[in-house]
Amino acid sequence: MTATATTSAAPETGRPFVAFDHVSLAYDDSGNAIEDIDLNIAEGEFVAFVGPSGCGKSTFMKLCTGLHQPTAGRITVDGAPVNGPLKITGMAFQNATLLPWRTTLDNVMLPLEIVQPHRARLRRHRKEYVEKAMGLLQTVGLDGYADSYPWQLSGGMQQRASICRALIHDPRLLMLDEPFGALDAFTREELWSVLQDLWRQQRFTVVLVTHDLREAAYLADTIYVMSKRPGRIIEKRQVPFPRPRNLELTYTPEFSDLVYDLRARIGSIREDNSQ
Amino acid sequence: MTFLRLSPEMQLRLAPWAAVVVLLAIWEGTVRVLGVPQYIFPGVIDTANALVEFHRPVSRHAWQTFWTTVIGFAIGVVVGLVLGVIVGSSKFMYRACYPLLVAFNAIPKVAFVPILVVWFGIGTVPAIITAFLISFFPIVVNVATGLATLEPEMEDVLRVLGAKRRDVLFKVGLPRSLPYFFASLKIAITLAFVGTVVSETVASNQGIGYLMMSAGSQMRMPLVFAGLVAISVMAMVMYQFFAWIEHRMTGWAHRR
Repeated sequence: MTATATTSAAPETGRPFVAFDHVSLAYDDSGNAIEDIDLNIAEGEFVAFVGPSGCGKSTFMKLCTGLHQPTAGRITVDGAPVNGPLKITGMAFQNATLLPWRTTLDNVMLPLEIVQPHRARLRRHRKEYVEKAMGLLQTVGLDGYADSYPWQLSGGMQQRASICRALIHDPRLLMLDEPFGALDAFTREELWSVLQDLWRQQRFTVVLVTHDLREAAYLADTIYVMSKRPGRIIEKRQVPFPRPRNLELTYTPEFSDLVYDLRARIGSIREDNSQ
Repeated sequence: MTFLRLSPEMQLRLAPWAAVVVLLAIWEGTVRVLGVPQYIFPGVIDTANALVEFHRPVSRHAWQTFWTTVIGFAIGVVVGLVLGVIVGSSKFMYRACYPLLVAFNAIPKVAFVPILVVWFGIGTVPAIITAFLISFFPIVVNVATGLATLEPEMEDVLRVLGAKRRDVLFKVGLPRSLPYFFASLKIAITLAFVGTVVSETVASNQGIGYLMMSAGSQMRMPLVFAGLVAISVMAMVMYQFFAWIEHRMTGWAHRR
């Protein structure tokens, strides 16, 4: 299989956007958390990482965003080596981590108070930024809740707000660490569509770390399967389904086959583990 | 019983007053039934009489105790806040300072009073310092806890954007620890009263502590009890005041 089909296809330009060159990271002497990761992600590509728990998926995210430095190998993003926190990144996690004393709108605008050049412009151009935040909230269906506090929102709504917060400063790279893991199945599927829409509009690059194989298959252009610790990439799968994808897709045999394959691959890793 | 005919809401509201009335009744009843002389254990009425009769000296000494406590407490708040931020915002400092703080807290503060008297003489200064020494600890612990329990994900979100430690502290850490801080103020103010009175009983010629000590030595027990009542009332009022401030400042933390 080649790169994804139709409109969604990540443009295979000469230079990759994110490049891992034989990267390993050891937190301490107990051995590598991830080992010999070698991959390229194109700009605008939607990538998912799946694997058994403790395989270093979150470590991968920390490396990619510059929060950790590799102990071996080289990471470049947009052609430049990563040697500190990468401001062009937005992050969202399984916990929405909204600040309970701020309204939804103020939570979404938090990154603007930190990241340059917005930080310097925020006070004078507040109106423009508020409009932008409201636009994002509208896209995810939260415009009626801008002045609500996090504890007034459901889990799914909090997660939408959290994704808006990750996107407010127009990041070129969106890092999602099991963002829908704590939600019920219906809400989760609803948010898949929301995320896909946002991505199709804005064309940032997405790295999605997930346990949910259906989620990976539904959303991603490329799926990387990681082994148990030390985490290595043991398989790369291109996902051929055309965009925009809708939930009907998840009931087709092709989709089931893909998920089944992935499941079998991860199952075999787990068996190795028990031996 | 008219009390039982009130709405449940009203009953809840009156509950603390009812408890006071019951306590006073038991107090007075015990004293009367056992026939305890008032120079050993005065009843409610004797104590009330003493409060009325000596309201001038009692209020003068109470005022002394009050402002001494408030100054000691204020210093405790400032020092507690600063130490709490230092200890709570770095793992290293947390590890380094926490055992020392605990050890210090375990020392009975009355043991400091003789030292303070040598350094500062008898009077208000040792009382202020004792109030400070006893009240800053809960503030340090609470502020440090509020800062140290920050979710790592939240920190990642900000750090990746280039946030400095200061940004994380002001945007997230401090607001987040405010409920802990205000909760600790309630505890600290009552402890500060304890500190002041302890110091006054040992080394002062003013304040409620001194009043109780000297009245006790003359077997004027109703006056001693009047002093006790005065302290309790002041501590209760201040506690309620800080509870009210807590509620006003950090309503977001109580609405879940």
